[in-house]
Amino acid sequence: MIQERPLPTFKASTAEVSKEEGLRLYNDMVLGRTFEDKCAEMYYRGKMFGFVHLYNGQEAVSTGVIQTMRPGEDYVCSTYRDHVHALSAGVPAREVMAELFGKETGCSKGRGGSMHLFSAKHRMLGGFAFIGEGIPVATGAAFQTKYRRESMGDESADQVTAAFFGDGTSNNGQFFECLNMAALWKLPIIYVVENNKWAIGMAHDRATSSPKIYKKAEAFGMPGFEVDGMDVLAVRSVVKEAVRRARAGEGPTLIEALTYRFRGHSLADPDELRSKEEKEFWLAKDPIKRFSAYMTEHNLATNDELKAIDKEIQAVVDDAVQFGLDSPEPNPADLRKYIFAEE
Amino acid sequence: MAETLMFNALREATDEEMARDNTVLVMGEDVGHYGGSYKVTKDLYKKYGDLRLLDTPIAENSFTGMAIGAAMTGLRPIIEGMNMGFLLLAFNQIANNAGMLRYTSGGNYKIPMVIRGPGGVGRQLGAEHSQRLEAYFHAVPGLKIVACSTAKNAKGLLKAAIRDDNPVLFFEHVLLYNLKDTMPDGDFVQPLDKAEMVREGKDVTILTYSRMRHHCTQAAKALEKEGYDPEIIDLISLKPFDFDTIGASIKKTHKVIIVEECMQTGGIAAELIAAICDRYFDELDAQPVRMSSQDIPTPYNGTLENLTIIQPQQIVEKVKAMVDGQI
Repeated sequence: MIQERPLPTFKASTAEVSKEEGLRLYNDMVLGRTFEDKCAEMYYRGKMFGFVHLYNGQEAVSTGVIQTMRPGEDYVCSTYRDHVHALSAGVPAREVMAELFGKETGCSKGRGGSMHLFSAKHRMLGGFAFIGEGIPVATGAAFQTKYRRESMGDESADQVTAAFFGDGTSNNGQFFECLNMAALWKLPIIYVVENNKWAIGMAHDRATSSPKIYKKAEAFGMPGFEVDGMDVLAVRSVVKEAVRRARAGEGPTLIEALTYRFRGHSLADPDELRSKEEKEFWLAKDPIKRFSAYMTEHNLATNDELKAIDKEIQAVVDDAVQFGLDSPEPNPADLRKYIFAEE
Repeated sequence: MAETLMFNALREATDEEMARDNTVLVMGEDVGHYGGSYKVTKDLYKKYGDLRLLDTPIAENSFTGMAIGAAMTGLRPIIEGMNMGFLLLAFNQIANNAGMLRYTSGGNYKIPMVIRGPGGVGRQLGAEHSQRLEAYFHAVPGLKIVACSTAKNAKGLLKAAIRDDNPVLFFEHVLLYNLKDTMPDGDFVQPLDKAEMVREGKDVTILTYSRMRHHCTQAAKALEKEGYDPEIIDLISLKPFDFDTIGASIKKTHKVIIVEECMQTGGIAAELIAAICDRYFDELDAQPVRMSSQDIPTPYNGTLENLTIIQPQQIVEKVKAMVDGQI
């Protein structure tokens, strides 16, 4: 039997989920999962290139955080594992898939690729491919909100920024430097650590002298929470409080979501180090299956309704693939476009 | 028309742009209450408040990234590198995010920010505080690189840099902050992409920038007395180069000497000579020559330090040799 860090328990009965919200959460998680499964298929069929990092298993975190904010209005900052964060933030599946195909219709015009998804329109600040480098950028977006409100007198500036990153990043200086600044200036930001236990092949416990990441918040006078990252309602619950704090000007929150990636680090990862027992332990906690059960048990949806959603989402993803395949390549004459802002 | 020292000209530029546009802010180490290491932001916090003169913790990579995030979302931050050398610690944010993000985002975001501060070889500051990062950053796509050299162009260029929608690396020189100039009245803005004609001449084109401009003008005074007539051009923009001005001069003199303070290997002149050969090879009557600092960490000892960077007398000799056909 493997020794896993105990997951904090959340009383689902306290969740108070409406049918509409429940369906929205379910929809978003299924979109993330279906999209990623399709990515794997496309990668192996040679339609997608480079490094592709899939999010399977972690959907409750993206959905639980972003869908509890105001997608499209609040800011989202991600890593190289960014497809599903972009989808939760509202970037259309067509634009994400086209980007992965390197097409002109992609959200980054085919210039970015899997690890560099951007959409100013959806306030997606980016996929940042190097460890930790998105955290300062997200902190800057949060600073901007405070600046607009306090220095420019814009009372409507109450946006919150969510910065996503992994357990490996929590040992990088930018994490500590930004926690310090965000707490110092009470910035409206939520730092979300998706602790999936593995930084490629480096087990979290082998890299980290004090493995409970949420406890590091205390050093900065900031609230820190650990949450079961396989339970969308648990994530939603802690994020609600973090969003409230941020909008009220009470400052940042650190959330450590304990989660797991069902696939290797990237599609190029042979995934030889993680044990079968460990994988089985976490696969049994599949956040989508768990939330489906919640929905049906609480009479928020029937199995048929959920199956109908699955089917709709499959159609959305199939349409995204077709859109990507049909889209034009970038024009070679535009090779140097976007280096500088147009005058 | 008032006389102003360079540090104050930079302060005036910052003050005027902050008054004109409330999205402009300054962030960095000791830019607020302390007034900046060379007093470029002295007392501005009293006028604009702590949020617009943001004293940051000593965390270069993170506060640079913060400025990038703020710029992506609509502000126009100016970062002061207390010493430009410290920004080696921010190399990742400057290269990956300030430089490349607009491109990788397919034009989703623009990054209007200025990264400015003192660089160059001072007086016995030791190797780490005597760096010329313009050469290190030269290869990064998406950055504009500018070096000011007089109080007047410092002001006009900084105002233009703040108004530019792209990330601008703006190099000042530690030994030039007390240079004096008469300032033009009104809203004086100098284009970032234009080189400055410092001295018109017909014998040879000297291309230079930052403090070496003054070494070149000093050399020119000695050369004039002996009947030599060099043309001196201050590049101002190190990226992109102003080939209109450079090309016109080469077509006139057919000879080029580049005088720079950065190290020779991978220096500004290395790229500039290659670009000149690409464009004007047939115009050249002699091999283009570069005069650069030694490829060594800048030594503390004053005598050794002077041997590390180019001195005016060396420029005199090189010009004579080139004009006299010995090169």
